[in-house]
Amino acid sequence: MEIVTNNFGFLENGLGITLVVFFPLVSALIVALLPKKQELLIKLTALGSSLVTFILSVIVALQFDYTKAEQFQLGNKLSWIEAINSNYEIGIDGISLPLLLLSTFITVLAIIYSFEHLPEPKSPKGMMALILILETGMNGTFVALDLILFFVFFELVLLPMYFMIGIWGDRTMRTVSGLKNEVETRLYASIKFFVFTLFGSAFMLLGFLGLYFRGAKTFSIPELIELGTSGAFTGTFATLVFAVLFLGFAVKVPMWPLHTWLPDAHTAAPTVGSVLLAAILLKLGSYGFVRIALPILPEQAKAWAPAIAILAAIGIIYGSLACLAQTDLKRLIAFSSVGHMGFVMLGISSLTAIGINAAMIGMVAHGVITGLLFFLSGSMAHTYHTRDMGRLGGNMKLLPKTGALLAFTAMASLGLPGLAGFWGEFMALLGAYNPLPGLNVTIFRTSMVAGAIGTVLTAGYLLWMLQRVNLGEPNEEWKDKELHDADAYELAAWIPLVILTILIGVFPKLIFGSTNDAVISLVTKAFGG
Amino acid sequence: MVTSNLISFLAEGKATYTDGGAAAEYTWLIVVLPFIAALLITFVGKYLPLKGAEIALATIGFIFAFSSYLLYLNVTEGVASEFFVNVGSIGSFDLEFGWVVDGLSIMMYFVVGTVASLVFIYATNYMKGEIRYTFFFTSLTLFAGSMLVLVSSPTLLQLLIGWELVGVCSYLLIGHYWENKDNSSAAMKAFITNKIADIGLMIGIIVLALSTGTMRISEILYQSTHDYESLKSVAYLAGVLLFIGAMGKSAQFPLHVWLPDAMAGPTPVSALMHAATMVTAGVYLLARMFPFYEGMANQALDVVLLFGVITLFAAGLIAIVQDDLKKVLAYSTVSQLGYMVAAIGSGAYTAALFHLWTHAFFKALLFLGAGSVIHAVHTNSMKEMGGLRKEMPRTYITFILGTIALAGLPPLAGFFSKDEILASLSHGGYSAYFSIAVAGAFITAFYMTRAVVLTFFGEYRGNGHPHESDSMMTTPLIILAGFAIAAGWVNIPGVYTGFTDWVTTRKTPIVEYHPESFDYFALGSGLLAGLTGIVLAYYVYQILGRPEEGDQKIKVEPIWNLLENKYYLDDFYFKFIVNPTKSTLANLIDRFNTNILDRTVNMFGVAASYLGNIVYEKFDQGGIDKALNISSASTEALGARVKLLQTGKAQQYIMYFLSGVIVISLLILLVL
Repeated sequence: MEIVTNNFGFLENGLGITLVVFFPLVSALIVALLPKKQELLIKLTALGSSLVTFILSVIVALQFDYTKAEQFQLGNKLSWIEAINSNYEIGIDGISLPLLLLSTFITVLAIIYSFEHLPEPKSPKGMMALILILETGMNGTFVALDLILFFVFFELVLLPMYFMIGIWGDRTMRTVSGLKNEVETRLYASIKFFVFTLFGSAFMLLGFLGLYFRGAKTFSIPELIELGTSGAFTGTFATLVFAVLFLGFAVKVPMWPLHTWLPDAHTAAPTVGSVLLAAILLKLGSYGFVRIALPILPEQAKAWAPAIAILAAIGIIYGSLACLAQTDLKRLIAFSSVGHMGFVMLGISSLTAIGINAAMIGMVAHGVITGLLFFLSGSMAHTYHTRDMGRLGGNMKLLPKTGALLAFTAMASLGLPGLAGFWGEFMALLGAYNPLPGLNVTIFRTSMVAGAIGTVLTAGYLLWMLQRVNLGEPNEEWKDKELHDADAYELAAWIPLVILTILIGVFPKLIFGSTNDAVISLVTKAFGG
Repeated sequence: MVTSNLISFLAEGKATYTDGGAAAEYTWLIVVLPFIAALLITFVGKYLPLKGAEIALATIGFIFAFSSYLLYLNVTEGVASEFFVNVGSIGSFDLEFGWVVDGLSIMMYFVVGTVASLVFIYATNYMKGEIRYTFFFTSLTLFAGSMLVLVSSPTLLQLLIGWELVGVCSYLLIGHYWENKDNSSAAMKAFITNKIADIGLMIGIIVLALSTGTMRISEILYQSTHDYESLKSVAYLAGVLLFIGAMGKSAQFPLHVWLPDAMAGPTPVSALMHAATMVTAGVYLLARMFPFYEGMANQALDVVLLFGVITLFAAGLIAIVQDDLKKVLAYSTVSQLGYMVAAIGSGAYTAALFHLWTHAFFKALLFLGAGSVIHAVHTNSMKEMGGLRKEMPRTYITFILGTIALAGLPPLAGFFSKDEILASLSHGGYSAYFSIAVAGAFITAFYMTRAVVLTFFGEYRGNGHPHESDSMMTTPLIILAGFAIAAGWVNIPGVYTGFTDWVTTRKTPIVEYHPESFDYFALGSGLLAGLTGIVLAYYVYQILGRPEEGDQKIKVEPIWNLLENKYYLDDFYFKFIVNPTKSTLANLIDRFNTNILDRTVNMFGVAASYLGNIVYEKFDQGGIDKALNISSASTEALGARVKLLQTGKAQQYIMYFLSGVIVISLLILLVL
């Protein structure tokens, strides 16, 4: 597959994307070199840098040729590690573009929010640097077209997030099933997150190596896709490779039953950590399926699809039921991600253009909506010093702005038509009804019905959450407390997400306009359908 | 961007139809405007003299005027056109919004415009001084917009969107007084019950869309009337699934349980949404898809008919035992919706819509009348009413007119529409269903007369001195009373059947039986049943003794208990569905997650760290260790005092673990 380079002044030959990826990293270094006392300067540098990155990504999006959305564009291929024929190969197509924009966009909001709302031990310098490093990892993953490069970025994401949870995380002690002693929440969560994902990605790397050795000694994703779609990878080998790739990506998504790191990580993480984790990091997994696993190993994808559909359906039902049992607000929202990402995976597993498009818009919508939910719940946890829904209540009275936004976002999260979340849910069900010809229709339709039941459960736990948290009279204990409603920084971080939720909901072409051709081409090439 | 498929349209419909010209083309205005208005009310409403109500009133006034003009166009020339806007493509599917301007949708625009205008005016006074006054008007305006999204929809996709949006508005408005948990629970119940029904609608839409390759309703209907095989094979399934959706919104037995609870909302809301407009969405859906049912899913219509008849009877009976005035009306609404659904089920498209039309006016009138009473006596309970005919003459007279219209006495509106339903049941040869529907007419007359006597007759039993409401509230009552009298005159068999022409003006021809003259057997039975009901209830509650003692005279304990407990449906749902899911199952999953999945993971962690320790002590004292210690130290310096799982050497154990994984896996790869 040829990489199309558009001639646009200084952004040609992949420079634009490269800047989007590495500008945050350079800025992180600058932030690290600034004196710790200069907090405002540090914050402004970080904000400026994330804004520049965002603007660059918008320019890239404007340069992108949507009539050729199925081709990798604006990229380049430079020699990198010659010994193993691994190259600095980058580019974007209609599938990665929305995710790249989401990533740069959410990062700006995370930094705005962090201006005034860092938990102990504050240290904006550390946090800002970590967010920017994280952004490089995230952006890099979405533009990498070389498996080793992809892996590096994929792993680069781990460390900043590990430190965010480990340093700024929840300091209370908690019991852990299977252990006698109590452990610090943030410690347990950060290590669990780290080990879990590392475990998955170790397998993933193994899969990459397998592809390299069995293929034409190349790590290039476009070349591997050509090989894969022409049937180069078959037999037990291919099955095993798909299995290890599946492990790597499924942990990140996370798919049931590999999800147990997620509720702990989210609950313990500081607000921005949860936001970035939910909004972008989870998408690295599902993106991996669409970018790598499906097109390179199409036959295996077909073989695995029913299993993925079943796991996705279990995830939807299981996640929603688990939500109904939660008393911790952030933990509830964390579990909701298991259900929502179940819809994304259900869409992908159908291996149809409809299903994969649904997954793409589902990823973006989940990023926007659940990101906002974590902003709100994090802010509330900060204000009330508790996440226990039994003690909250009457939030609409105490914090009217936050409460109204929480109600709106909960509605968006339950898939209300007219808002962003609807498309991913409904279209995933649409895709699952008629999966790729040859797949077991009964399994997919059963999964579809399970998904539809999941929408009811989702509505159930979100409305119940609203009833417990937002409605009713406020609890006695808050009567004399001075509670601060959302401030300017918070609103500046949240309102853009609200607007985006509505825009995508009313005009899904914002996403489908980019993804559809790319997805159709992927499906046609890989599955002939 | 906007496309209209007018040409294919005129080819199919009658030649006399026009495209409606500019009016039709700009109909999107009335759909979009309420949403802009809702935004305005939210942000500037509270700074305005009427606290935002003026924006709502202006908007709804415009909708009323516009829909009246469309109705005029439709009456004089017949309008049928549709417009599409592409909002994205997914695979080969076009996602389209748009608007339909044809007889059916114009009738709905007009109902929404008229009833909503009057309710809005009424509410400015009724809600005066109430908490969240401005937000109330935001929600009402939002509702008007959502309802118009629903009825203007040329695609199943947009229909689904409008469908759920009205559900949210209903949630917001039922739970208006959310300080009280009962109200927010009622709102939740409405939302969830509808969401359950929506599984049917969603899957039904998916089935239809994938077997026809389009979401355009007119194209699906075209295929239905032209014998497309791929659609035919799923028609029964899709028909039933869509109907399940309709059962939720139009409160059909056994999914009606949310509607009586929805009376927790302020009374104007009950009048507008839970009587006149939103709850008719299910009937509207069935009517919109009628050519599909007629053409391919005739068996599904049998199901529709069955549930309609069950509903009209079962809900009517419950209305008899209610003490809460609004609940009498709520069960009455459920029962009347049963009539409409039964009519569709029997193939009587026009009769169903005709009843929807008349019912919208007289039931809104009754609710607003009830609101006027409640406003005066500060209670919903009829036990604390009585004798109000003297204090509240205007409310009394208009309420009586609404009652007569509902009970089906000529020449008021309900007489003609109910008669048409009875006639079509009779014509269709459904003698058993016909008898039940006639019995339903008796029940209707009975419970309404009971309610009138308990509320307005006898002596006042409540506290304080009730007064008639002021003209902002009684004027809408009087206007609606006018409709309750005259709305039926637009469809009198043998005299003037304009209504039939209005609602059958649409792209796909409607095939149904139109009575040329009255069916005197049906007419006589219905009239007799209504009169008997009125006389009997009047006798029991007014003549035999004091009104409040009437219940005792007709009470048959076991049946009365069964009805008071609403056939134990709510208990059943909570005991066997809600609670097992919410508590038992959810907790089971949560415990499984903690005690099985998480414990397994933790056990691996513990085992690995022990293993790591052994490896560390026995084999590794040198180079690797130092490197790892550095990274470990840097982590600790950053604040995470790593004391994981007793060992404090997380990185080491991760590294060992990973290298193990990699080595084993490489071995496997090499073997292959």
